[in-house]
Amino acid sequence: MPLADARAICPDLATRPADLPREAAALATLRRWAGRYAPMVATDGADGLIADISGVAHLFGGEEDLRADLQARLDRAGLAAVSAIAGTRGAASALARHGGGIVPDGALVQGIGRLPVAALRIDHATAEALARVGLARIADLAGLPRAPLARRFGPGLVLRLDQALGAQAEPVAAEPEPPHFGVRMTLPEPIGLQADVMAGLARLLDRLCAKLALHHRGARRLRLELRRVDSGTAEVEIGLARPMRDAARIAALFARGVDEIDAGFGIDALRLTAPVTEPMAPEQTGGATIRHEDALADLLSSVGNRIGFDRVLRLLPAESLIPERSFLLAPAAYSAPSAPPPRSGPPRPVTLFPPEPVSHASGHPPATFRWRRMRFSTLRATGPERIAPEWWFDDPAWRSGLRDYWRIETQQGPRLWLFHTPQNPGWCVQGEFA
Amino acid sequence: MRFDPANADALTLAPARVHEAMGRGRRAFALFQAARHPGPLIWILPAHAPEMPMLAGLPRGLGERLHLLRPAGETDLLWCVEEALRAAPVGLVIAEPEKPLSLTAGRRLQLAAEAGRTAGLMLIREDAGSNATQTRWLCEPQASPDPDSTLHRWPRIKNKSGTCGSWIVNWHGATAAFHLVPEAGERQQPAEPPR
Repeated sequence: MPLADARAICPDLATRPADLPREAAALATLRRWAGRYAPMVATDGADGLIADISGVAHLFGGEEDLRADLQARLDRAGLAAVSAIAGTRGAASALARHGGGIVPDGALVQGIGRLPVAALRIDHATAEALARVGLARIADLAGLPRAPLARRFGPGLVLRLDQALGAQAEPVAAEPEPPHFGVRMTLPEPIGLQADVMAGLARLLDRLCAKLALHHRGARRLRLELRRVDSGTAEVEIGLARPMRDAARIAALFARGVDEIDAGFGIDALRLTAPVTEPMAPEQTGGATIRHEDALADLLSSVGNRIGFDRVLRLLPAESLIPERSFLLAPAAYSAPSAPPPRSGPPRPVTLFPPEPVSHASGHPPATFRWRRMRFSTLRATGPERIAPEWWFDDPAWRSGLRDYWRIETQQGPRLWLFHTPQNPGWCVQGEFA
Repeated sequence: MRFDPANADALTLAPARVHEAMGRGRRAFALFQAARHPGPLIWILPAHAPEMPMLAGLPRGLGERLHLLRPAGETDLLWCVEEALRAAPVGLVIAEPEKPLSLTAGRRLQLAAEAGRTAGLMLIREDAGSNATQTRWLCEPQASPDPDSTLHRWPRIKNKSGTCGSWIVNWHGATAAFHLVPEAGERQQPAEPPR
């Protein structure tokens, strides 16, 4: 039903846009929880879970008790869910979406026969075509010969019917758990010395790095949680300039944070997690260039952990003729170096600063002017080079309109980059040449 | 970079030492030195400094080697300089401290440079240097009568191990190539007699 129709029927209708990623995340959490009922749990579509409970039900006192237990727990958590138990995956899925219940063994056709054919997970066109020939329920289909059905409605319908009735196997394929990068250590006696914490950290790092290596990943952020005996916690978090799984080099970055924590009456548990990891292929160790790259990444990591990774920058070329936007300042930890395009066109200054107006400018280009309380006289002027503002951005600095850039060599020495704004007469200095 | 005295000219900075440059042309001098040092470059400037290096105007091959650090305070800035000097793979560390360098800070930077075998160049304000520096340069751009030359006057006003001197350099800012301009001056000794 379109939203407009729904609003017309019920004007007070409250609606929210669907947040699919968060729904999927919630379903994944529920899937992890549902592992308490069966070893194999998989998601079934965007809104369902399917569990293979073969040989499990007696642990909960039978199928009825299992289902009641599941429903009670979900109700207590505030989740409205419908559940069904059946001998095949297709039948359970169909029944769960049409009221729920339990289909006893060997009574599949009777159990799901009353359901509409659309419950068989077939596409809408097939369901409509079946309804047109008077086959509205699953029970109507079950008795029909397969070959004419397949010829008329395609093999998909027959496959789904056979899967629902158990003639065709359909196992529950549970996806593998994503690896969890976290290790912990509980200590028999509380510790308080820095060296002890670092020793504990070294052991945890060895285990974590081995796990990272196993999954071909490298850590980008690491968090060390220290539990104190008075049940307080202290946290040290570090970032890395590039994915890394070298225990010794990571431990060195923790030294400053561990130095600052308050151990209180002692620390009796350590927990090390890698909240952010990135793929990192196994690489050859050694070699001069690799060592140099590692050393540079170490430097950027240690600097970034002190002054912030947003202050460790790199210049990247950008597609713009506007001087301020002709390059980007990108965090070095999250960008790769790229060579600027070869020089072409008029020369550019080596330093750029926000435009500063000049005073006492005489002539065009100015023969003499004052800037930063200094007097300059022009020796040679090269230009103009006209740069038009990018009208699709509203840049306050460019509201004065077009700019005519001049390279002015002064008698006093400095070679300046001046511009004139013809639509709003005035001269400004924006850069200095080498 | 291995220091090779045979290759060294007057404008070469001694390796594994910290140097200072002041004057209006200090950034041009820093870029000139950066173009002559292979390897990654670290340029440390305060977060609120309005003057930024412009990528399109830098000498060739320098943009992709350059890393900018913009620490918030003077203490962080000096810490960054020390850390960068200690890192072995860095070719040249350029820093723009705002306050005068104390003797302690200057000495610590020299020790860090020696530990990391890295050269450093401090772009200081007028008379804000430290006595621990290896050399100090007073850099000024100079007007040139010839339209095709960009002249720089780079006198070395302090040198711990060597002589001072003054050079006028024609460097156009695109590559590491440069020309020394002979200065017209009074001849101290008579010209050699014709043979």
